[in-house]
Amino acid sequence: MSGTRSNFQAARWNEELIMELSEKGQRGIVPPAIDADIAAAVGDVAAALPAGVRRTTPLDLPEVTQHRVLRHFMRLSQMSMGFDVTTDMMGTCTMKYSPKAHEHIARGAKLADLHPLQDVGSLQGLLELMYRFNRIMCSISGMDEFTFQPASGAQGIYTNACLIRAYHESRGELEQRNEIITTSFSHPADAATPAVAGFKVITLMPGEMGYADVDALKAAISDRTAGLMLTNPEDTGQYNPHIRQFVDLVHEAGGLCAYDQANGNPLLGVVRAGDTGFDMCQFNLHKTFSAPHGSLGMGCAAVGVKEFLRKFLPRPLVAEAEGGGYRLDYDQGEGIDKIRAFIGNVHAVLKAYSWVMSLGAEGLRAVAETAVLNNNYMLSRMREVRGVTIPWPANNYPKLEQVRYSFEQMFAETGVTSHDVIDRMVDYGVQHCMPSHVPMLVPEPFTMEPGESLTIAEMDQMLAALKAISDEAYSDPEKARGGPYNAATTRIDGDVPEDPDCWAFTYRAYQRKKGHWTSGNRRKIEHHSGGY
Amino acid sequence: MTDDTGFTHPYVPNAAPEARRHLLKAIGVESAADLYASVPEELQVKGLLDLPEPLPSEHDLRKHVESIIGQNESCRDHLNFCGAGCWQHYVPALCDEITGRGEFLTAYGGGTYSDHGKNQAIFEFQSLIGELVGMEVVGSPAYDMGAAVNSAVTMACRITGRRGILLSGGISADRLSQVRGFTKPVADLESIGVDPLTGLINLDDLKAKLTSDIGAVYFENPSYLGLIESRGEEIADIVHAAGAMLVVGVDPLSLGVLAAPADYGADIVCGDIQPLGIHMYGGGGCAGFIASRDEERFVAEFPMILMSIAPGKEAGDIGFAWSTMQRTSYDKRHESEDYAGTTQWLWGIGAAVYLSLMGPRGMNEIGRGILQRSRYAAMRINELDGASVPHLDGAFFKEFVVDFGDSGRSVANINAALLARDIFGGKDLSTEFPLLGQSALYCVTEIHGKEEIDRLVDTLREVLS
Repeated sequence: MSGTRSNFQAARWNEELIMELSEKGQRGIVPPAIDADIAAAVGDVAAALPAGVRRTTPLDLPEVTQHRVLRHFMRLSQMSMGFDVTTDMMGTCTMKYSPKAHEHIARGAKLADLHPLQDVGSLQGLLELMYRFNRIMCSISGMDEFTFQPASGAQGIYTNACLIRAYHESRGELEQRNEIITTSFSHPADAATPAVAGFKVITLMPGEMGYADVDALKAAISDRTAGLMLTNPEDTGQYNPHIRQFVDLVHEAGGLCAYDQANGNPLLGVVRAGDTGFDMCQFNLHKTFSAPHGSLGMGCAAVGVKEFLRKFLPRPLVAEAEGGGYRLDYDQGEGIDKIRAFIGNVHAVLKAYSWVMSLGAEGLRAVAETAVLNNNYMLSRMREVRGVTIPWPANNYPKLEQVRYSFEQMFAETGVTSHDVIDRMVDYGVQHCMPSHVPMLVPEPFTMEPGESLTIAEMDQMLAALKAISDEAYSDPEKARGGPYNAATTRIDGDVPEDPDCWAFTYRAYQRKKGHWTSGNRRKIEHHSGGY
Repeated sequence: MTDDTGFTHPYVPNAAPEARRHLLKAIGVESAADLYASVPEELQVKGLLDLPEPLPSEHDLRKHVESIIGQNESCRDHLNFCGAGCWQHYVPALCDEITGRGEFLTAYGGGTYSDHGKNQAIFEFQSLIGELVGMEVVGSPAYDMGAAVNSAVTMACRITGRRGILLSGGISADRLSQVRGFTKPVADLESIGVDPLTGLINLDDLKAKLTSDIGAVYFENPSYLGLIESRGEEIADIVHAAGAMLVVGVDPLSLGVLAAPADYGADIVCGDIQPLGIHMYGGGGCAGFIASRDEERFVAEFPMILMSIAPGKEAGDIGFAWSTMQRTSYDKRHESEDYAGTTQWLWGIGAAVYLSLMGPRGMNEIGRGILQRSRYAAMRINELDGASVPHLDGAFFKEFVVDFGDSGRSVANINAALLARDIFGGKDLSTEFPLLGQSALYCVTEIHGKEEIDRLVDTLREVLS
């Protein structure tokens, strides 16, 4: 049951670009015809448009018959490794099963065909759902109020930065308090979004335990401190046990504390942001709460705050209406400016609500513990994989939901990098892992998060694949460096996307620039370092 | 902890006692609690969270959730004339079919080899949008149009090295709020006055405010109030003469009949892709895009992932890769001027399907049809006692203002009466644009035939009498 899919071959349709499927005169769909009476009444409005704005150059969109469009995108879907088809343990991404029932409910007209500005009386179901989930999130986090307006983790973290800004501004201290403290192993958005919000950002580097120590924080704190924004556990899967002291020190200095719960899966029902002293937090409903990742969205961040920050949340808020039912409270007051249009990705809220209602309190705790168990199972077995080391040997705590491994030893002994391993994984029919966010402090990093959804057999298959790749690295390093071989496409020239003369982001640019492409396969694609 | 309590659930296989025992043994610990040794005891939750009783049966759960959202009255149950940033269009079956494909729905951060198909779909999204707006660089989907405007105007400021942004006074209050919040630390915002007669920006006011501090000028075409700006080239010339950049926001569905903004001189184009085959989802269907010319100075400022096509090993092979990631916040961290993250890629795939189906003929037909239907509706409403369409003499697309001032009734009152007759009326503008008095923004799309429009007109007549 633990064999590898060593003879895996990805679908390789060599599917043309949609523009190349165009056949003059074909069409994929017919829009509703205009009524003759309307045409007679108004004439050809398009022809009467002012010259400066009327389209004169015909659109060069593809002309493709309907079933061929379907086949095209079906084939593209088949060349994508979603969680629905295979194991995905990409670190920091909390890949898990997104239940189909929730998807089916969300796709019904009662959610899909709602307009956000409909009369509030006709949106009572949606508002009740949001209200109920708000209460649930308060219970899970120890916060007092939530908004679901931000559309992703990064936008949720940005919202936290804006809340910190509004708080200090309201007290007339923003000019003085212009520094946010984060850690190097928090998600890059914990450093980036406060910078976008106008703060100077101080990044604490890890000590020998792999996380920032209290002295490093003390050195960074001053009367300029506006707040602390971090993940815990960090993207290494390590929980900083001094977190309460961190929070207290920042509070004593007059700053606020924002808990990025992007790595919150192992803490469901175990630790609450509010009990840890945080003033605000943010959960990714498309990760921890099972809403699908959607090929990089549609996501949703649930941003929660303590009571004293409620007035700063972006509007509208869902509130109980006098005399029963629910209303949208648009009263701006001291609320921060809009983060996203309307009221957010409410379909993700429905799926997250459904997930919690399916599991309940006991189930959430089982999710957290199982994610941690699965991860420590993978860790114990990864120790058997040759060339793999675990950074920060001084840290003897068990990891929580993920581990940042290192292939440094394998690289030293064979020349095979963690990127090579990542590329080769695809040949075993599994989604690859991610190395690390920037900064890449761990050499040859490899971050793996199994989550709670997988069976032991699936975990064993992943381990068998990694063992096989390691064995190959030591026996045939050239082959190990040359992957993937059985993926949906062949090895891509990594220089082209980085070269302004060659890169092409549209078909138009491709047509113009492909003549600049040389036949050399110069270097590997290295974009995996980006992270998500 | 719930060790060995017999808990099993279809979403958490290894919580089942036998699997759990297997894992604990392999790890060499007694209980899951041992694995939380790094979490101080005093921070741990005692007992279970206070949550509603669970519904582990899929049937029971579905009944529960569907009974809650069943209280909603959707735009299928009612005739809807509300747009204002989220629009009801027909969603082709193929769009739902493809965005529902599990491989796309549950893919995430896979790369060149693992998610080749996802990447190709996003490259095609970029390509098809590029064709509509006349640009060679299009980024992967943005969060929504407001976020795209935020990125676009601040890109222009960084490229020109200037702090000033001039926004058309005709944008929505929500859009203004989004831009104000985002640009606060780095830019100074000012509004360009709008001519009350035409609803379009006042060129004299634009010229007066276009100082050497202005980096970006932004207007929408069609405007929030539906009006079509035909002086794009003149505006672009004025803006460029002052050394600033022109950012234009569009409804991509209009571009089968309206000129590509690049053709009248836009430097950066942005917009919302929700009209392109994405359900409204109560606003969750919104997703944005940004496009520019293919110049390094523009590319360097794009905040989001840019999907480049690239050659494969064997002749004719192609693949896709994320280009120049060092310009994004993933790499820049505290030096970031904008941020990247998970956005709305699934809707980008849906939009790619939509444009592939529509082709040039479909986009032209739908654009022409919407122009005709919205004009027909505006003409008919304008004939009613108590209602007038102030911009009837101008060109508009899909949306138009109806002034109910002569009726002596408030928009809220009229909309309540329409609702009682199963119609969602237009967006109430009375607080958003007080100068327009008791006015509403009506939206008419290809889903509104003569029958639907006449029903609205007849009902309005009845309500207003």
